Formats: sequence, C-alpha cells, structure tokens
Amino acid sequence: MLNTAIHLLLLLLLPPLLPGVINKTKALFAGRQGPPLLQSYYDLAKLMRKDLVLSSTTTWIFVAAPVVTLVAVLLAGLLLPLGPFGAPIAFTGDLILFAYLLGLGRFFTTAAALDTGSAFEGMGAAREVTFACLAEPALFFALLALAKISGALDLSAMLHDPLAGPLHTVMAPLVLVAIGLFIVLLAENCRIPVDDPNTHLELTMIHEVMVLDHSGPLLGLVLYGAAIKLFVLSALILHVIAPFQTGHPWVDWPMFVGEMLGLAVGVGVTESIMARLQMRHVPYLLIAAVLFCGFGFVLLVR
Amino acid sequence: MMSLWLMFGAIALLCVSGGPALLGPRRSALGQRVATGLVVLGSALGLVGVGLALAARTPVSLAVGWFLPAGRFAVGLDPLSAVFLVPIFLVPALGSVYGLEYWPQAQHPENGRKLSFFYGLLAGAMALVVIARNGVLFLIVWEVMAMASFFAATAEDDDPAVRSAGWVYLVATHIGTLCLIAMFALWKHATGTYMFGMPSTGNWAATTQADAMPLGLAGAIFVLALIGFGCKAGLMPLHVWLPGTHANAPSHVSAVMSGVMLKMGVYGIVRMAGVLPVGPSWWGGVVLGVGAATGVLGIAMALGQGDLKRLLAYSSIENIGIILMGVGLAVLGRTYHRPEWVLLGLGGALLHVWNHGLFKSLLFLNAGSVMHAAHTRAIDRLGGLGSRMPRTAGLFLLGAVAICALPPLNGFVSEWLIYLGLLHTVAPGNSPGIPPGTAPGLPVAALGAVALAMIGALAAACFVKLLGAAFLGTPRTAAAEHAHDPRKTMLGPMIVLAAGCILLGLAPWLAAPLLERVATGWSGELVPAGTAIQALAPLTSISLAAGGLIAGTGVLLVLLYQMLKRRTVARAGTWDCGYARPTARMQYTGSSFAQFLMSLWTWALWPQIERPQVAGLFPPAPGAAEVAGKTPARIAGAGAGARFAMFLPDTILERLVLPTFRLANRLLPKLRLLQQGRIQIYVIYFLGIVLLLLLWGRIGF
Repeated sequence: MLNTAIHLLLLLLLPPLLPGVINKTKALFAGRQGPPLLQSYYDLAKLMRKDLVLSSTTTWIFVAAPVVTLVAVLLAGLLLPLGPFGAPIAFTGDLILFAYLLGLGRFFTTAAALDTGSAFEGMGAAREVTFACLAEPALFFALLALAKISGALDLSAMLHDPLAGPLHTVMAPLVLVAIGLFIVLLAENCRIPVDDPNTHLELTMIHEVMVLDHSGPLLGLVLYGAAIKLFVLSALILHVIAPFQTGHPWVDWPMFVGEMLGLAVGVGVTESIMARLQMRHVPYLLIAAVLFCGFGFVLLVR
Repeated sequence: MMSLWLMFGAIALLCVSGGPALLGPRRSALGQRVATGLVVLGSALGLVGVGLALAARTPVSLAVGWFLPAGRFAVGLDPLSAVFLVPIFLVPALGSVYGLEYWPQAQHPENGRKLSFFYGLLAGAMALVVIARNGVLFLIVWEVMAMASFFAATAEDDDPAVRSAGWVYLVATHIGTLCLIAMFALWKHATGTYMFGMPSTGNWAATTQADAMPLGLAGAIFVLALIGFGCKAGLMPLHVWLPGTHANAPSHVSAVMSGVMLKMGVYGIVRMAGVLPVGPSWWGGVVLGVGAATGVLGIAMALGQGDLKRLLAYSSIENIGIILMGVGLAVLGRTYHRPEWVLLGLGGALLHVWNHGLFKSLLFLNAGSVMHAAHTRAIDRLGGLGSRMPRTAGLFLLGAVAICALPPLNGFVSEWLIYLGLLHTVAPGNSPGIPPGTAPGLPVAALGAVALAMIGALAAACFVKLLGAAFLGTPRTAAAEHAHDPRKTMLGPMIVLAAGCILLGLAPWLAAPLLERVATGWSGELVPAGTAIQALAPLTSISLAAGGLIAGTGVLLVLLYQMLKRRTVARAGTWDCGYARPTARMQYTGSSFAQFLMSLWTWALWPQIERPQVAGLFPPAPGAAEVAGKTPARIAGAGAGARFAMFLPDTILERLVLPTFRLANRLLPKLRLLQQGRIQIYVIYFLGIVLLLLLWGRIGF
C-alpha cells in the first residue's frame, strides 16, 4: 500500500525534474549556468495560470488530445514497476497494453497537430509516426527478450530481476537490449541525436513543432505528459541497466530516484557530446536499435 | 432443429429480398423499402436462430437426400459457423438501411433494383456458405456468393473503371474457385465423401476417414484451401482484385464485402484446418508467415493510397493478415499440442473477425457519407470535414482508433489475444511425452509479435493520415467546404456499429464463452472443454483498464473545461511562422504526410514518382529551362513545370499479374488451332480422351 502510494507520488511529481536535470547537465557541459533544476515545475505552474489561444481551424480533437495523451501515459506509468517494487496494476499481457497506451498518446498528439492545418505541424507529425514505425519493433524485440529471460508475461514479473538467470547467458543479450532501448528512449522523447528540443527552426523539429499551436493550460498538459513519458521509458530501461535491489524499501526507493536522475544525467551527457543527426539519417539509427534488440533476442533463443 | 429452420427462413428471406422490387417500377422507393424490410427481418430471424443454436450447446445438423448425385444435402450449425453468422446477419442489414438514403432507387433508376436484388442474394449466400457441410453444395453457394458480389460491386457498370475492376475480380475469384474444386475432389478421394465437418453425434453416421488420410494428401488439400480461400480473403499476393473492387463498389456493398465477405475466405481456411488431420509444422508456419507478410505489406500499401476507399481496402488486407497470424498460431498449436496457442490464436483471430466486421464496415459507411457530401474519393481534395460533418468525423475517429488496435476499443482486445499467443511461443510448455513445463517453445513464431508491432505503428500512421487529411485542417475544395452530415438513415447504422466497437472494447469477456467453445471443437478437444480464456488472458483486467482510461479522460476533460470557463479563450489563425495569410493549399496533404514513411518502403512497394530533375546549385525554373531547350527528357512529357507526383499502383497487379495475362493473351491464341468450330472434330476429341481414359484404367494406375 505504501509502495503504491510512493509509486503514484513519484509518477506524478518526479517527471518534471528530469528535463531540469538534463538541461542542467547540458549547461554544465557548455560552461553555462543554465536554468534552475526546477524550471519545468515553474513553467507548468505558469502555463496552468495562463489564458488560452486556440487556432480557429481546430476542432475538439485539438483540446482533447493533450488530455487523452496524459491519461494514456499515466496509465502506462501505473502498469510499469518502478525499481524492485511491483506495479500498482499488473496482469498477464500488460506489456502490450503498455506499448499501445504510448501508441494511443502518439495517435492523438499527431492528430491534434494535423488539426491545426499547419504545414509545420504536419511535418512534425509525419516524422513522429515514421520514427514510431521503427521504434515499435525495437521495443517489442526488447520485451520479447525480457519475456524470454523471465518466462513471465506481465511487466512486474518480467522486469523484477532480469539478472536472476544464469549470468553468462543473459549478460550479452541484456547489454544489446539496453543499447537498443536507450536509442528508443531518445527517439520517443525527441532528444538529441533524433530531435533537438532547443532548436529554433520549425523545419527541423519533431515534438516541439507538433505542439506549436498549443498554448496555456493545454501546453502545460502537453509538457507534463511528455515529461511523464520520459520518466516511464526511463523507468523501463532502468530495469535492464540497473537491476539492483537490497530488499529494504527505504533504501530501494531513494536508490531508484538516484538511478533515475543518473539516467537523466546520462541523457544530458549524450545530448552534449552528440550533434543532431540529419533527419533522413534518423531511420538508420532506429534500425540499429531494432537490430540491437533483435540480436539480443536471437542470442537468447539460439 | 428449430435454429436450423429459422436459419433456412432467414436465408430464404435474404435471397428473395430484392425480388418484389424487381417487379415494381425502376424509381420505386417502396420497392427498396420492402427489400430493406425483408433483409432486416431475415437478419433478425437469423440472429435469433444463431442464439438458439448456441443456447442448445450441441451442434445441430441436417442431411437429406437431394437431386444431385454427390452425397446428401448437408448443413450444420456449430459454434464456428455461429461466429461467422453473426456479422453476416448484422452488417448487411445495417448496410441495407444505410442504402435507403445512400443509394435511393429514385436517384439510381438504372441500377437500384439490380443492386438491391444481388445485395440480398449475397447476404443469403454467405449464410449458406458457413452452414454448408457438403463440398458440392458449398461450391454452389460459394459461386452464388461470388457472382452476387460481382453484380453488386459493379452496380455502376456504365463506368469503365468499375467494369475493369469487376473483370479483375471475376477472374481472381474463379481462379480461387478452381482451387477449391480441386480441393474438394481431393477431399472426396481421401475420405470417400463430400461431407465435411459434420458433428459425429448428429443424426446420421459420420464416416469421414479424415484422420486416416496420408499426410501428403492432407498437405495438398491444405495448400489448395489456402490458395483458394486466400484468394477470397485477400492474402498477399492473391489480393490483386480487392482494392479496385472495394473502391469502385457502392459504399454499403464495400462494407459488406470487406467487413463480411472476406471473412468467408478466413472461414474456409479455419474450417479445413479443423477437419484435416493434425499436420506438420510447416502448415501453421506458412499461414503465420503469409499472414505477417500480408499484414505488413497491406498496411504499407494502404499508407501510400490517395483514394479514400482504396486505402480502406488495403487496410482490410492488413487485417486479414492479422487474422491469419492468429489462425497460423492455432494451427501450430495443434501440431505442437499447445492448447494455449490454439485458444489465444484462434480466439484472437475469430474475435478480430467480429471486430474487423464492425470497424471496417463503420469506416466504409463513413467513407460513403464523405463521398455523399463531398463527391470525391480523393483524400487530398477533402479536409476540414471535422467541423462541417462533426458526427461523421466523430464516428470516423472512433473507427480509426479501433482499427489501429488502440485501447480502449475492440481492435485492441483481439490483437492483444494474438500478441499473447505469440508471446507464449517463447516460453516452454507442456507436450505429451515430455516432462511437464519443459517442451521447447517456438521462438521463431514470436517474431510475429514484432511484425504485429510494426503493423500497429503503420496502421496508426495510416489512419492519422486519413483523419488529418480528410477531417482536420481546412477544406481544400469547394465541395469539401460545403459538406454536411447525412441524415439519420445513414448515421443510425454507423452508430450501431460504433456501439459494437465500444461494447466489445469495454466488455470483451462477453465473447469469451463462444470463443472457448469454438477452440474446443476446432482442436478436437486439445483445448479441454471448459477451459477459460480468462485464465490465460485476463479480459476483465483489460475491461477495467479500458474503463479507467475512459473515466480518467472524462474526469480530466471536465476539470479542464471547468478551468477554461474562467479563462479567456481567444481564437486566432494557426501559427505559420508569422506568415499572415496561410491558405488551405499550404497544409500538409495526405501524400506529403506519408511521403517520409513511404521513402523507407520504396524497396518493397515501388511507387511511381514524377518529379523534375534538379541539377546544379542554381537550377533554372522549369519554365525557363523549357525555353532554353534544356528540359530533362523526364519532365518534358509532364509539361507541368515543377511538379511532384507519387502514385502507388498495386505492385503485384501491375508488375506481375497483368504482364502474365498479357503474355498469355499473346501466346494462347495459338491453341485456337484446336478450336475448329466443327462438331465432328470435337466429337473426335471426346473419343480420343475416352480412349485414353480407358487405356489408363486398363494399365491400372
């Protein structure tokens, strides 16, 4: 019960910290001071108080989309175990619901982008759905590999302790899966090298350009949903790269938060040392992710 | 038996439903109402019959002597038939009501009566197909179904495009039927009877020796079934007839063909896989592989289409692929003695048969409404319909979410079952002769889950494209500008179908008992009677999650609404980088939306791209180049200057099938040498063949 409460609190409160950590890391690399760690919280608070400007082209889909997306990623977050603790909702096959909830969010985000009738937002939506077509197979290869290792078909059991098996057989596949999932994490959350969240040119954006016309509370919902998605996918990947546990909740929870922030620093470092890829080269990166996860799976079943 | 008699009554009503109108005047609204009334009445009777049959819990069958020498007139109604009968009695009835406003006889005097007649006949024939238990009877009603659908689909036969699509369909369906004739001939040879799938506890002695037939023969029957029924279902590469026919048929006919008639092919494959002996592993492997390829290529083709109904038709091919993946898994489950693969694979596939029947019919009827309002099928000439026909747009959104298999609607549930089945292949299981829990899995089958994931992402791209280009943004043409919602007669059937999508999404466990019974009967008790699908796949959890998703969205929307009530909500133009006057033509069209993704698929799809060749750092404007005489040869013919166009013709039809037929057309006339047109010569041929046969019999092969 307490663990469920902590899960919920972390899921609701921690995500906006991650962009803050990433930006701080990037600022340190660039020799800047950077925005405060809590900047995302300030932004959200400010946006929620603001008025709203809606494009005269849009329909109700435009208003509903951020809400649907937010609820979908929140529900996905409830399906995913955090650290060594079981998820609040767990049943056989929840991994597929997890993946498709993220898909539902994508459907509505891209639909809302097209609702504005803007060429820029159409462009962003087209890129988003294109990259998803490669990210989805990678994610499923990774899930297959984890299901194969654990012999379980629900996320809580699957992700509980991937290293429990014989270490020499699962180590190499897990490394491959971790690399693949990390690429998926970068692509799904539109980070460098796939997308540059700080870019100033609409032509080169993916996620930012899709939400150009969202303003005020709607933009707040969009940003909050994006942060939660980053949190959820990070929590998934943490199970593979840092499956450590002590068995004591008061050690494991802080450790989980620490790992999460560490991963955010890792993303920030990646963003700092890499340039954004040319848009037409992004598919190659994602195909590499499919291959990493695919090889991981093949190694397990050979 | 009551259920069977109801069924006969229903089928008779459906078959004659268009009859009275034929006797009436061409423009008679009364005739069409009578036809619709009969179809609805017949369908209601049929549904009651199906309900009675299922309540009785034992399969009913009937076999009586008839006028043909081939066995007896045999029909049966078991849970498998019942699964397919439900959409047969649901979709055509709704489509018929829809047709009252969509295709009124008063406005279509030249083909309205013909359409009504063949529409009813098609529905009746489909019902007979799934209850026929004699090969010859099956072939007869199969042919009636094919011809009825041909005439219904080519209602507007004054249009050359319709005629040419009809021709392709006619040829394709008969190639399939030829395979089925060969299949039933082999079946008779192997078992000694034309009967198949009769319950052994029926009122006649079932003496099929199906289980004793040699595996090679069984394999041949299986392959013929896969090709023959695959032609009807639209398996790649046998799908060539499907897009053209569906695009050119009246929309309510497209809905019936796509939502229901394609499933007759699925029915055939499932039925034959069930009555044949347990086969080697390549049977299931082939079905699973072909299903995956059909799914991925079908939806990739759909993505490149610029025609609303062609896109939906390709998406039907994709869904047939998904269904076949489930069937393939179930066939593998029989081979490897894995009840969980059978239950999840077959259960998912059959549930998807229902689901696809619901949402694809909904989308085709929706496409009909769009065409009714905007008079075009070209996606890139629409736009902005969402604010002009909000009800249609809302129903379309619902159908699109369902067909992309997104929670909380029904498409997700059936794909989820298939996913689960595929995931079960990575885990060891139980198999006779091996210690429990150690029988190896079949991880290669799990690759199907990855294919399904890709299909899901592509489908989402495809339907976002359709939704965005047709319903969102601003209208691109005057016709789209003045579009409006249809009246209740057209909206009503769509609302019923949408309600079905929601119901099966929120309460999928309603279908579970039926699916369990089918799996038990189909697998010959490999799945023990009374096995609950819930034990493998917690449908109630899906139900709760779907409910939670809807409730959460609802609550948050209300909160947002309350919050926005206290704020100023200003309206302004869409942000276009400060550009003051964006026009509708600046929007991303459907083709531009799909272009990036299509560029990743050129290796498989071979789209035709027309564009000017650009050379040098400062390429001259095409008009100027023409003056200077430097126009590249490729655009000289196009003559439209800087014009980009991309078409995605059906690769297999254009590059494989049509060239083959043209070659045949060139070569085969040489055979006319045999065709002298003289009776005497034909009699000599007969004599020669009879002598050869006698000789063959003598030598005694």
